Amino acid sequence: MHEFAVTKHMTELVLNEAQNAGAAKVTDIYLAIGDISTFINESVQLFFDMYSKDTIAEGAQLHFRRIPAEFICRACGQSFTPRGGDNFDCPACGGLGKPTDKGHEFYVEKIDII
Amino acid sequence: MEVKVMKPILGGNQCIADTNRRDFAAHQLYLINVMASPGAGKTSTLMRLLPELQADHAVGIIEGDIASSIDAEKFQKIGVPVIQINTGGGCHLDAEMIRRSVPELKLAPGGFVFIENVGNLVCPASFDLGEDLKFVILSVSEGDDKPYKYIEIFERADVVILNKTDLKPYIDFNDEYFRRGVRALNENAPIFEISCKTGEGVRELADWLKQRNRAKQAC
Repeated sequence: MHEFAVTKHMTELVLNEAQNAGAAKVTDIYLAIGDISTFINESVQLFFDMYSKDTIAEGAQLHFRRIPAEFICRACGQSFTPRGGDNFDCPACGGLGKPTDKGHEFYVEKIDII
Repeated sequence: MEVKVMKPILGGNQCIADTNRRDFAAHQLYLINVMASPGAGKTSTLMRLLPELQADHAVGIIEGDIASSIDAEKFQKIGVPVIQINTGGGCHLDAEMIRRSVPELKLAPGGFVFIENVGNLVCPASFDLGEDLKFVILSVSEGDDKPYKYIEIFERADVVILNKTDLKPYIDFNDEYFRRGVRALNENAPIFEISCKTGEGVRELADWLKQRNRAKQAC
């Protein structure tokens, strides 16, 4: 359900960029998605096919670059991706981790047009 | 031909949220985005909080639901102005909905606007509404592991409210584990423990809110 609204925003953004660039067709869309954003590739694809129908982006190939969450240990400074989903503790020293910007990404990197 | 974009997908919503924040500050309103899973006690918390606030402040509610007006009617019955937004299946409120609704409440300066978001710990976290505070309410019966599963919402919370604390004797809720998860994600958000059943802790939360509202209006 979440992807329903955000894919609409994404499709509008892509169409706007494509029109500004004078595109006749959008062939490829490159997305950066952080794992913390909780968006699922397949759902984005499903809703994109729906929203892009009868537009110049219809049939465009979506490319997903997934970015793992990166935490940093408050005690020793070690970077790590929380594993197992039941704690945010540093695998090196057991200190309490803290989220960084990595893993929150949700943007259109580039599009290919003809 | 390649076109570099590098634009956030929710940039449009963010833009409206930023405008909301400026406009509502100019009208001296204090907006609180109330987020929680279905059944955590969003409506009950507000029903307990409002009487503590109404003596000193105007209060209005924006009620977001997928469908129905059950909650809105509860607020109407106690004489609180309420605007119902039915999202028609949408899992969250967005900044544009808030922009249209807040003026309809016609609140006096210094008033609180509580936005009861759609019950969901995922989607509402991604949509800034232009609010002053994000409330995240969790009830003890949902479990102490929620911060570890719903990272974004606990990371963005300004206040974490633990509700239904009267049930603690009957539930294996590990306070230390819960608080460690919240603190990993969020160093600053105060954690208020309340019980909507007994009313415990509600006055402390109300006093803290009044103080925050006054501090904003004094700026």
